[in-house]
Amino acid sequence: MIVMEDVYFTYPSGVEALRGINLKIEDGEFVAIMGQNGAGKTTLVKHINGLLKPTKGRVLIDGVETTKVSVATLARKVGLVFQNPDHQLFSETVEEEISFALKNFGYDEKTIRERVDWALNLLDLKEYRKVSPFMLSGGERKRVALASVLAWDPKIVILDEPTIGQDYRQKERLRQFILQLRRQGKTIIIVTHDVEFVAECSPSIILMREGRIVAMGEAKEILTNEILVNQASVALPEITKIFKGLEDLGFPSKVIDVYEAADILYKRLGEQT
Amino acid sequence: MAIIEAERLTYTYPIGEKPAFKDVTLQINKGEFVIITGPSGCGKTTLCRCFNGLIPHFYGGKLEGEITVCGLRVKEHPTYEIAQHVGMVFQNPENQLFALSVEKDVAFGLENLGVPREEIRRRVDWALKITGTYDLRNRAPYELSGGQQQRVAIASVLAMNPEVIVLDEPTSFLDPVGAEQIFKVINRINKDLDITIVLVEHRLDMISKYADRVVIMQDGRIVLDGDPREVFVSEEARLIGVGIPKATMLYKILRFRGVSLERVPLSSDEACQSIIGVLKK
Repeated sequence: MIVMEDVYFTYPSGVEALRGINLKIEDGEFVAIMGQNGAGKTTLVKHINGLLKPTKGRVLIDGVETTKVSVATLARKVGLVFQNPDHQLFSETVEEEISFALKNFGYDEKTIRERVDWALNLLDLKEYRKVSPFMLSGGERKRVALASVLAWDPKIVILDEPTIGQDYRQKERLRQFILQLRRQGKTIIIVTHDVEFVAECSPSIILMREGRIVAMGEAKEILTNEILVNQASVALPEITKIFKGLEDLGFPSKVIDVYEAADILYKRLGEQT
Repeated sequence: MAIIEAERLTYTYPIGEKPAFKDVTLQINKGEFVIITGPSGCGKTTLCRCFNGLIPHFYGGKLEGEITVCGLRVKEHPTYEIAQHVGMVFQNPENQLFALSVEKDVAFGLENLGVPREEIRRRVDWALKITGTYDLRNRAPYELSGGQQQRVAIASVLAMNPEVIVLDEPTSFLDPVGAEQIFKVINRINKDLDITIVLVEHRLDMISKYADRVVIMQDGRIVLDGDPREVFVSEEARLIGVGIPKATMLYKILRFRGVSLERVPLSSDEACQSIIGVLKK
């Protein structure tokens, strides 16, 4: 479980990035953190894996304060995949990249080999085992970064802007993949601007603005609230926009999913055509 | 009139084994707004690099076939010459801005061409106003949000008075509000100034309604090219896995279930109107 109690964080430059964050994320939850650039989203998730420690307040992972343990210890529980894979990749081959953390955690050779194979398979990277990560495309490098974190099987997985630079198919694969991790009981946190992706996955949402949490709740409630969404520079999902325009005709306004939208419309329009 | 004309164009990077794109024949007319999309690695970015001569002059490699842009044969004219007709905007504006103030960034290209001072002043102000960055002119680019930076990058290109602007996923790093502003600016440049737009994009929800044409590439080839309303509902687009607008997807699901809206919608507004149209019948 992740708990933040009145967390403040100020960067050495004087920028106050977090201003009184209180939240609780239970094991197995799936949460999307949204809000405009500079709202404090990435700063917040860096507090979960202990890369940053609060200037004031407490962050507890499974009841232990992040100031009391090393980042290396926390890393076993919390895997953070950065927005830009190039901030994370450094090895000569994809295989070395993925085995690096496992070696540091002191796993034996056999386990390392199994885990690396598993991660390569999972992310469809087998053919690149011996290739330098820097020879790969942006989308592929993102998958390598993800594989290297998943290989050590952290119980909390944080993905910072996972859909940037990914095409439709890759996003669909990512969605399936998140579902699979959820079935394994992992806690998933994504930081994202991608309203359409969130509307498809329907996680709980934490909406941030200027270092504060302005709303928390189910995707369907938050993403259809025009005032909240505008405040945080997030857009309404396309499907929601359609239904807002049909509100006067007696249609529900809290719709984010295209299939649900089609069901509702079919019932009304099907009678007429 | 064709402003970009590619004839059986094939290109292989110096380190590449197989061509990045193959046998591409494409004609883009003056004033058109064309979206190029397709799965990662399909060759769309590489193709756009030919439009201002970065390929072959900067990247090297092997370019076969013929390409003419604004009447210039790309193989024969250096990038700086083609760049006076074709402006490029990239994914990450940080890579494109470097001066200490927005105004200086936008003026830089013109200063290099030796344009008279008064003329520079006029064109810079004009470009800043069209992109909605005039009030930011004295700020440092690195202080701005990603969306503002990207609009400044567009202003610097616009100040050069190009005939064509090519944008390669200009909104991938932006929040939805920033992205929408960019798309509106691009549309204004196309409709009001009659500048030809070539936009490489995955996010088709916000932008499709502005486009005259959509070109879909797969594995280095152009596989679909036409009116977005026809291309997006085609079976081929589904098989390739193009992220068509949600409004268009809704139309397709309803049609499959026997409910027809009159026109294929490309945006939420259009979908709304079509649905209201059916209800009023």
